[in-house]
Amino acid sequence: MAGIKDTTAIVGIGQTPFARHLADDERTLACRAVLAALDDAGIAPGEVDALSSYTMEETDEVELAKAVGFGDLTFFSKVGYGGGGSCATVAHLAAAIAAGQATVGVAWRSRKRGSGPRPWKNTTVQLPTPAQWTRPFGLLRPADEIAMLTRRYMHEYGATRDHLFNVALACRNRANQNPAAVMYERPLTREMYMTSRWISEPLCLFDNCLETDGALACVVVSAERARDCRRRPVYVHSAAQGLPAQHHGMVNYWNDDPLTGPAWTAARHLWKHADFTPQDVDVAQIYDAFTALIPLSLEGYGFCGRGEGGAFTEQGALEIGGRLPLNTSGGGLSEAYVHGFNLITEGVRQLRGTSTAQVPDAATCLVTAGEGVPTSALLLRS
Amino acid sequence: MLDPVIDSDGAPFWGHARQGELRVQACGDCGEPRFPPRPCCPHCQSFASEWREVAGHGRIWSYVVPHPPLLPDYADQAPYNVIVVELTDAPRIRLVGNLVAEAGARLDSVPAGRIRIGAKVQVVFSGEGLPQWVLERS
Ligand SMILES: [Zn+2]
Repeated sequence: MAGIKDTTAIVGIGQTPFARHLADDERTLACRAVLAALDDAGIAPGEVDALSSYTMEETDEVELAKAVGFGDLTFFSKVGYGGGGSCATVAHLAAAIAAGQATVGVAWRSRKRGSGPRPWKNTTVQLPTPAQWTRPFGLLRPADEIAMLTRRYMHEYGATRDHLFNVALACRNRANQNPAAVMYERPLTREMYMTSRWISEPLCLFDNCLETDGALACVVVSAERARDCRRRPVYVHSAAQGLPAQHHGMVNYWNDDPLTGPAWTAARHLWKHADFTPQDVDVAQIYDAFTALIPLSLEGYGFCGRGEGGAFTEQGALEIGGRLPLNTSGGGLSEAYVHGFNLITEGVRQLRGTSTAQVPDAATCLVTAGEGVPTSALLLRS
Repeated sequence: MLDPVIDSDGAPFWGHARQGELRVQACGDCGEPRFPPRPCCPHCQSFASEWREVAGHGRIWSYVVPHPPLLPDYADQAPYNVIVVELTDAPRIRLVGNLVAEAGARLDSVPAGRIRIGAKVQVVFSGEGLPQWVLERS
């Protein structure tokens, strides 16, 4: 079994501006991001024959294809579970291309989360959580659901608000280097963090991601085709999805070990098929809808032991020059929250050497999707 | 306030709760309790199930204190607590609920500073048949 290792590459990335409010509708934003990614790759829209996106994406394949002028599509897939699907969109394209089902794939996400409705206010259209067991009691929002796991995590392992602040600060510092980031000109201090308003204790304002309008896309082709493209190829070295046994999605309170989430499942597959180990990862883009997902993911993906994710963030470990530079465009916390797709494009920029917070000679990058929901992850290499 | 949007698997739980009984689904063959309820047993794949009464004692496994923005009925009571209770009878069954001063009391009726992980609680039922939790007198 040959597998997909290094058989495909990301050769184009594109994005719209990010803001609390953009005038364009989601469909228009999707078209702009996709065309920008194809232009970056030097590939004509008519050559695209595969698509992948999120089940929560509002612009469907038919609308996108007829607007931007795709050719005949022979593969299209959508991945569920909100931000847990981000890396899986690329993984599905890589698998389809490696298997010969398509040749040029586009993955995208377009979302008006900044100016659109707050999804938790519509209690009938939400992530598929077992809501009858949680909503009546006032566990209403993703922040409340993850705060419950965060409190237990802090209790079991002695993680502190300073550890969560380290995460928020690293992302904000990188956003302060990135003119495209919503928080480009807004530094964060410990004083600001510790005195900010609560959203759901123990999570405060700065533990929560931004609410952003914006769209992003990337282009995946075979490694052979990638060598003829305009940009340096960024190879999909390993890819995985993860849905652990007896996992519940967001409200993972009902199994033996609720603090061992989907990251652990995805990681086992990811590393099994990789030529390198967590110690060899130069830079990481880890899904950060909430700061607390970072220590959990650091443990799940094997950067530290069980319960050590909080302590891992100490001594600038997540900053440039630290053990594991994190979310180098600012991530969902400080660049833009577009269901994690900006983490994929930033991973590509790092391996091209074009990040605004470039890690010197970065050659390997982990990108992850949402922890706490059925997830996915990519190992990229230059 | 949001009423439970009940599905066919969950309906017996809420029916018993309206009678003031806390019951959890258990396998009719291997006996393993499971939550949330579902059509068949993940241990032995049996479709037989029973609703087993539990004593209604537990310990707080974790808790949060939500602040606005929230749906209006909840914002009116914020900041309030939401707790997860690990049942003494069945430690892997954890129920989301609220710690209240007495049955039917507001969601903010116990000061957040009094809540501790590990605290012993016991079930009571609101007038609408929602399970709620009060601190056990020690
Ligand atoms: Zn059974």
